[in-house]
Amino acid sequence: MRHEDIIISGFGGQGALFAGQLLAYAGLADGLHVTWIPSYGPEMRGGTANCTVIVSEEEIGAPIIRHPSAAIVLNLPSMDKYEPLVKPGGVLVVNTTLVPRASERTDIRVIALPASDIAVELGNVRMGNLVALGALLKATGIVSLELVMAQLEEHLSERQRKWLEPNKEALLKGADLAG
Amino acid sequence: MAKELLKGNEAFAEAAIRYGLEAYFGYPITPQSEALEHLARRMVEEDRVFIQAESELGAINMVYGAACCGVRTMTSTSGPGFSLMEEGLSYIAGSDVPAVVVNMQRGGPGLGNIQPSQSDYFLMVKSAGHGDFHPLVLAPASVQEIIDMMGLAFDLAEKYRTLVVIAGDGSLGQMMESAELPPMQPFPRPRPEWAVSGAKGRDPHIITSLDLSPEGLERMNLGFQAKLAEIQKHEIRWKEYETADAEILLVAYGTTGRICLSVMREARKQGLKVGLFRPQTLWPFPSARLNELSGQVRVMLAAEMNAGQMVEDVRLAVSGKVPVHFYGRMGGVVPLADEILAEVKKL
Repeated sequence: MRHEDIIISGFGGQGALFAGQLLAYAGLADGLHVTWIPSYGPEMRGGTANCTVIVSEEEIGAPIIRHPSAAIVLNLPSMDKYEPLVKPGGVLVVNTTLVPRASERTDIRVIALPASDIAVELGNVRMGNLVALGALLKATGIVSLELVMAQLEEHLSERQRKWLEPNKEALLKGADLAG
Repeated sequence: MAKELLKGNEAFAEAAIRYGLEAYFGYPITPQSEALEHLARRMVEEDRVFIQAESELGAINMVYGAACCGVRTMTSTSGPGFSLMEEGLSYIAGSDVPAVVVNMQRGGPGLGNIQPSQSDYFLMVKSAGHGDFHPLVLAPASVQEIIDMMGLAFDLAEKYRTLVVIAGDGSLGQMMESAELPPMQPFPRPRPEWAVSGAKGRDPHIITSLDLSPEGLERMNLGFQAKLAEIQKHEIRWKEYETADAEILLVAYGTTGRICLSVMREARKQGLKVGLFRPQTLWPFPSARLNELSGQVRVMLAAEMNAGQMVEDVRLAVSGKVPVHFYGRMGGVVPLADEILAEVKKL
């Protein structure tokens, strides 16, 4: 059965919530059940932001989980928090640009890639989220890259339209690096 | 209509519009403010009434006024706002007019915090204001269910001329989930015959909760009680999961209810005969069915995001026939499926 519990986490502004929404939209387009729930609270600029996305073939029970089957950590505080929590056999995508240490886990698949650096090369540091998402999609196979790219076209705001192609490249680059 | 990815707060707000909401009055409070924001934009687009009141007290009394005019009306809030509204809620109940209130519960007491909670159960179910009355309380567990219950809430409110409360929580408000909105209903809706609508050519309609004679007020109260008895007879709702062979029964509503669905699935995988009972109405409470199930299961576990409120109604329902245990988290902590499963294993 297709089912993933995914946490995406980073600093506010790194696009953790948007990457999660994109994934949820793609799951929906694929006919799956999806939930997306953000951490919310009295947040400040530069604070942490994370969301939990569940994509499943069956009706989703708990929308909040402790142990994700896959996680993206875009900064060091997120790495420290979620690295120990990923389920054995799960996937951890690490943005090495901002996480200056290697994972100690040997029972999960760790994909370490300089997502923010790659995004800068592609023209905008803020696309690091999609580099990492591309890697996660490739590693989990929960939904196809093509579906996510189609959702990007639908949900990228008018103002961000010029970043559509670079964002697609970011997804592809991440997927490439995940092997 | 196709399924969309919708945030709980925006979903119930949009559903309310499509089900014919004519006038909304509210005051912002996290974690339901997206509803107010959505309605501020959309009600104006639809040429309907939206007012951000000066406070929750203002908002509920505007709802009261609109309800007396036979207008489909509502407000939404969270715990601290609900507390403030209680005077108005009692007047609405005492005046026999229909109104809908959504309460996206947050951690309390006092200012508390803005995280998900179910600690307003007593407030909504047992003591929504002074005097003898209960609102009809609906408990959605998903974005789809809050959409569907929005329509149900208006229909029941108007059918019984009663107050209907939708008991959500912060996580339901903040969560996005795949769901389907209803099509736009015909608008404007006809006003009911009893409404205060201008008395030209007829005797005035008088809507009031005041009756200074004890006999008169008792008669009014007997009327309220007769109505509540009808609601108890016809409007009890719940959902059961795998109860047929259950030995252990989880009882939980709303967000905790769906968390318990995960608990039940995992417990079943581990060979435990666990079932789930999820009340969809908190008042009237599905006591009779729970009492029936108490003849079959060995033990019950009520789980809530509070210190133990609904569990009292579960215990009343089963009259001591089976032990009813309780697991709860407070202060905006959402219980994890693993934690509840650990409790199940102790039973």
